[in-house]
Amino acid sequence: MPINESDVTWVSEPKMNFWESTFLPAIFQGLKVTASHIDGHTVTQQYPEEPVKLPMHYRGVHRLNRDDQGRVKCVACMMCATACPANCISIIATEAPKNDPVWEGRDKYPASFELDELRCIYCGMCEEACPCDAIELTHIYDLTGKTREEMIFNKDKLLSVFDQTKDSGVDPVRTHRGKLSGTADFQSLPPLAPATSVNPDDRSAKASSPGVISR
Amino acid sequence: MPTVYVNNTPVEIGADERLNCIQVAQRAGVEVPHYCYHPALSVVASCRMCLVEVGEKKPDGSIAMQPKLFPGCQTPVKDGTVVVCDSDKVKAAQKATLEYLLLNHPLDCPVCDQAGECGLQDYSYKYGRGYSRLNENKNIKPDKDYIGDQITLFTDRCIICTRCVRFTREVSGTGELQLINRGSHEEIDIFPGEPCNNKLAGNVVDLCPVGALCSKDFLYEQRVWWLKTKNSVCPGCSTGCSITVDQNDDHLYRLKPRTNLLAQGYFMCDEGRFGWKYIHSEKRLTAPQQKQGSQQSAGLWDQVFPTAKSALEQAVKAQPSRFAAIISPWSTVEEAFLLAKTLKDLSPEVTLALGPVRSGEDDVFPKTVTGKPPAQVKFTIRGEKAPNRKGVEQVLQHFQGEVIPFDTIAGQVQQQKFDGLFVLNADPEVAWCPEFVTAAGKLKLLIVEDFLANPLTDAATYVFAGGAWAEKDGTFVNHAGLAQGIARALRGPGEARPDGRILWELAGRSGLFRAATVRQEISKEITAFAPLILGDLGEQGVMLSSANNEPAKEAALAGSAAS
Ligand code: SF4
Ligand code: SF4
Ligand code: SF4
Ligand code: FES
Repeated sequence: MPINESDVTWVSEPKMNFWESTFLPAIFQGLKVTASHIDGHTVTQQYPEEPVKLPMHYRGVHRLNRDDQGRVKCVACMMCATACPANCISIIATEAPKNDPVWEGRDKYPASFELDELRCIYCGMCEEACPCDAIELTHIYDLTGKTREEMIFNKDKLLSVFDQTKDSGVDPVRTHRGKLSGTADFQSLPPLAPATSVNPDDRSAKASSPGVISR
Repeated sequence: MPTVYVNNTPVEIGADERLNCIQVAQRAGVEVPHYCYHPALSVVASCRMCLVEVGEKKPDGSIAMQPKLFPGCQTPVKDGTVVVCDSDKVKAAQKATLEYLLLNHPLDCPVCDQAGECGLQDYSYKYGRGYSRLNENKNIKPDKDYIGDQITLFTDRCIICTRCVRFTREVSGTGELQLINRGSHEEIDIFPGEPCNNKLAGNVVDLCPVGALCSKDFLYEQRVWWLKTKNSVCPGCSTGCSITVDQNDDHLYRLKPRTNLLAQGYFMCDEGRFGWKYIHSEKRLTAPQQKQGSQQSAGLWDQVFPTAKSALEQAVKAQPSRFAAIISPWSTVEEAFLLAKTLKDLSPEVTLALGPVRSGEDDVFPKTVTGKPPAQVKFTIRGEKAPNRKGVEQVLQHFQGEVIPFDTIAGQVQQQKFDGLFVLNADPEVAWCPEFVTAAGKLKLLIVEDFLANPLTDAATYVFAGGAWAEKDGTFVNHAGLAQGIARALRGPGEARPDGRILWELAGRSGLFRAATVRQEISKEITAFAPLILGDLGEQGVMLSSANNEPAKEAALAGSAAS
């Protein structure tokens, strides 16, 4: 649809005055901004001569945490593999041997856990999905390898990343819960009356004779 | 018509239908959560999940509600019954029941195989509360990893619905499972040394609404939300149990029964449930093969197939009466039809015969203590170990007027009555007799279409690598004449092709093989298959003849009445 001529407002450039037409005020204004930054404060980091300072929430190479007994914390629930948008986690689960003191209290653990660090987009969804805080992203960012296969981290490698980073100061183990189900951790409990009591707005309580609802 | 009111919606029920509140609510499209109730088992009303408000509409229009909540599974409805499933009272009861059920539940969903298809998860999410108020330690009972060869029990996950106990008592009749101890110490157990190994044992895993009873075969293999499911039919015997095939990445992980009152009811036997392993066997044929000299070698379809096809046409043209085809009772109706039609079009003198049918004694359940047959049969494992003898026979009957059994044709082959033979086999456990294999190996032309290597494929001039039943679309006709559809749930290994496609191409037809289209063609050509005219058989399947319909319907009615 063509625009109606009455809807159009024509504007013209404002006229510059003398000082404006010399451009000097604008130049000085710019120089003022530049000068305000000359205060000795540097933002450039001298990487790789100096190590970078990364924010705490930086997401780098993964690790698989260990529980208090040094076993892999992961219970092979595959939540991370389900959540991963890059489809780079493959886990083969197996049954924890019964009556073996090493696996006491565990039903299932990963027989194999492979994470393709090249395919990963470092989104951190796996960490978020994990119900046992078993997988975490560390601050390791300078990750190199000679082959693609080398960059597929297996369980041992991921556990060794844990051993390497757990005391680094920037990668604390986020929780020590290490067990399933956190429902017992609620501190305040909203009250609920017993199921069978009749509350005042129940339809049977409102009826003229209790228990009878008339149309 | 008696009318029942569910949440103010009137629902009409049949004059002599005996329904409970759960069933009538289902008709109204309302879900009444329930655990212990199962349509095939007796009602114990023990889980209390299905509590609803029940009342009666009086002739004067007033409604008298019962003051207390009633278990919907145990409360029959009649004309004028009022069922309220969504009042605050009911919701509070559901919340409280779930809270009780979860008191000692370990909440180990991440390691539980049932997670994703668990009744406790679903109902907690829908009707429960999001947190537990239990501050005490949970009562954790030790797991029992040997309930049976195929069954393991995570004791602490059990909600004591006793479905499994009732199943072994009422359906399998073997009664291995029981509850021991009392109160919150109640556990499912077996008698020492009496494991649950009956032929229907696997069903307790399906019946268990939570992850307490798990199948050792499937344990930790896959998370259930990764499985892709297709409806199919178990080929294990002529009962033709309706099943679902669960697959991921072309690997079959499990079979589960699907409710179909026309076929088997609610369950399936363990032989069928765990018997599919041959699908991933080492012996799978992964490419077509051709014999050059005495050596058989694998080739490409593009090379082997045209040669085999022209060899077949030449053999039939040369002496049609000396060419025969054997069609396995494991083949689908579509495959039998395509092969029979192709050969009979080439020459009506070609002989068609039925492949070997493995048969034996029917096994009926429930088992009785005395060993006598049960008063009411609740499940039959049929002795005839073939899913589609009826269907293939109908096709043979149509094209040839008679059904030649395998023994006859095998004898004729051994008497050198034929020069060429086409064997269409799909039976994984076929046991060809050695004399037949030797005689067939000496023929001028032996084409074998199969999916597992066996002595006959080794002797063949041409081998077509076909598909297992889970890899093809088609129709199976069970012992009662119920035609059910099977669906291609996974792709076969290597170059193996579904048999329907091979035979479609053998027939020289253009386009793609599509089971529904062939089904329609069959229904137009063969009167016995006329009911398949829609092409789509639905979830329940279609009865082939109305004469056959009656007993099946009765069985279905008896089944629902028994529930
Ligand atoms: S960070 Fe994201 S992409 Fe990488 S493994 Fe975890 S979920 Fe997958
Ligand atoms: S989500 Fe956590 S516990 Fe589950 S498989 Fe992944 S790392 Fe293991
Ligand atoms: S094991 Fe499963 S089916 Fe058996 S009583 Fe417990 S919850 Fe019910
Ligand atoms: S389903 Fe009714 S009480 Fe369990």
